[in-house]
Amino acid sequence: MEKRATFAMGWLGMAFILPQILLVFIFFYWPTGAAMFWAFTLERPWGGGNEWVGFDNFRQVFADRAYWGSIIRSLMFAASTATLSMAFGLLLAVACDRGLKGYQAFRTVFVWPYAVVAPAAALAFRFIFAPEAGIFSALVKQNPEFWNPAQNGYHAMTMIIICYSWKYAAYCFIFFLAALQAIPRSVIEASALDGASVLRRVFDIQLPLITPTFFFMLVISITDSFQDSFGIVDVMTDGGPGKATELLVYKIYFDGFRGLDYSGAAAQSIVLMLIMMVLTFFQFRYIERRVHYS
Amino acid sequence: MKSKFLITLAALLMTATAQAAERVKFEMWHGLTGDLGGVVDQVCKRFNDSQSDYEIICTSQGSYDNALQNAIAAYRAKKNPTIVQIFDAGTLDLLLSEAYVPARKLMADNGYKINWDDYIPAISNYYANSKGELNSFPFNSSTAMMYWNKDAFAKIGKTEAPKTWEETFDSLKALKAAGYECPMAWNYDTWPIMEQFSAINNIPVATKGNGYQGLDTEFIVNKGKYVDVIKSLKKAYDDGLVKIKTPDTGATIVQAFANTDCQVMLSSIADHGTVSKTQKPDMKWDVAMLPTLAGVERHNSLVGGASLWALQGKSDAEYKGAAAFFNFIAQPDSALFWSTNTGYIPVTKSGFEFMKAQGFYDKAPYKGRELAIASLNASPVNENTRGIRLGGFVQIRKEMRDALTDIFANKVSVEEGLNSAVERSNVVLRKFEKTYAGKMLP
Repeated sequence: MEKRATFAMGWLGMAFILPQILLVFIFFYWPTGAAMFWAFTLERPWGGGNEWVGFDNFRQVFADRAYWGSIIRSLMFAASTATLSMAFGLLLAVACDRGLKGYQAFRTVFVWPYAVVAPAAALAFRFIFAPEAGIFSALVKQNPEFWNPAQNGYHAMTMIIICYSWKYAAYCFIFFLAALQAIPRSVIEASALDGASVLRRVFDIQLPLITPTFFFMLVISITDSFQDSFGIVDVMTDGGPGKATELLVYKIYFDGFRGLDYSGAAAQSIVLMLIMMVLTFFQFRYIERRVHYS
Repeated sequence: MKSKFLITLAALLMTATAQAAERVKFEMWHGLTGDLGGVVDQVCKRFNDSQSDYEIICTSQGSYDNALQNAIAAYRAKKNPTIVQIFDAGTLDLLLSEAYVPARKLMADNGYKINWDDYIPAISNYYANSKGELNSFPFNSSTAMMYWNKDAFAKIGKTEAPKTWEETFDSLKALKAAGYECPMAWNYDTWPIMEQFSAINNIPVATKGNGYQGLDTEFIVNKGKYVDVIKSLKKAYDDGLVKIKTPDTGATIVQAFANTDCQVMLSSIADHGTVSKTQKPDMKWDVAMLPTLAGVERHNSLVGGASLWALQGKSDAEYKGAAAFFNFIAQPDSALFWSTNTGYIPVTKSGFEFMKAQGFYDKAPYKGRELAIASLNASPVNENTRGIRLGGFVQIRKEMRDALTDIFANKVSVEEGLNSAVERSNVVLRKFEKTYAGKMLP
């Protein structure tokens, strides 16, 4: 016998989901649709006519060598920040989960960076990393080449990666801690009784058991790094020096909002959307296979 | 007794609200913040106190960029303010749109006779259409100046600022030899060394009269004197005469100059007030006109800043208010108030004369600011000096800045850097031309 709760009246169900559908439509499909339209036209910022140009905007985007540079930088940024923030988030979560001395306080404190808005964090880090005023100033006095994010692109990139990872590690920490605490204590206690050391328990029991969370964090970290990096880049480097920290999302902001090239920015955001879809697809296709959902 | 008091109070409140309700309210959005934003608020308050028919509500949008973006979004949603402040580089997009009410029409329709020739030519031409007519009201205006530390220059036996670039580099060398770590501070800003440089030395930055005669203009700063000046600047940098000062390095050029770390900087006259307020006590400094090239006759410099536009889609009463406000800020005593409280310069000849007559420029801390007007008035305005009207100018400025950063980091040679910046800028210009295909520059 089939046991399934259904509404007798179809319209009632529809009525319940209508608000959600409306929200998704207004805040997602509508803007995406507008962006799609702009990407194929040349839109004048103050309105008054837009011309259909087919794939011209996309052709121009892909013909630009700086754009390819921007894609590579964004991928590097995504890989580095995902690795760093997940590693640190996990490390802190494992430590807190063990219930070391004072862990209640740390558990609260470690979450805070995520509550700091990106531009505020970026402002603080800009000061910390300023070659003449920050932590490296003494070393910079000896050797000006040692640290100069205003001129050295690698330094600037390192700086934004650290700032972003600092903030995002806190986010990873919340999820990893939740996942670790969901592991039944009895499993861990049993292995402890069998004489497994702390590290052995982490690698053989805890980590395998939280792989679903791990996978989720990987997907989310990579997607977010494409979108959320904007505020940090804007405050810390403005995409410079040269174009060394011009990530895809910053370029979209600059071309669209500062440069008023709405169509070029729309085409770029469609491309960014496709890149993220492809990346996510591959992660689900190839990495999720290794994930065991209990 | 108490009830009588309450009744009186209520009556008072009612008349107050009735009066307020009679006033026509209209909005102005601007991009200034901090001290400057506060002064804008005071200007608005002065206007509101000066008459009882209109009430202007001034709102800061946080930055020039935000003011522009928000005004566009609001205009598209038909919820735009009556007046919006748009910075110099945003002028062309608005000029090509149908979103504004031309300044002349607005004033004529509302019965104000404005002496348009009263505007300082270098200021009005920057914002005017190809016929020389103003479509917006120049508001906060500045130009670039050379700030120099008199104490440091005294040590190298100089009592005057250098007048040519050649002399400037010699002075920087002497300053270095005299033991100054940072003779000149620079922040990759192209405004003084490319835009102002072009006007002062009477060289075009783009074909078609710097873009005034058509959207098919091409950017040409990878040739001739531009290459030379960037090369000299790069050499000066390599010799330790010029130091990069940006927020990323820990101090802006203004901070580095005001605390005497650096002895020279090229910056807006609008920073005059900031330097006065934040300078090291006893530091003696002054401003001078930007240097020219040796043997070149000095031409007028370009105005920077923003102008006020009346946007479409408002009621006649609101436009009447806007016209009254524009008329109010054009009065000489408004100019005096504005320039006293900010570093900006008066935009009209009568405003400038009035301020001179009041003795404004005779004493510190305002002494020296008259040089900005002198710089703007250095010559009659011509094709190369009236302004720069390029589409996507914000992107072009960024391309130049990116190129300069790469040049100074030794990643590319001066020629390579400028060539690629110009090539990329021309892509921006062609796209802009296509976006406005069939549109004539007004």
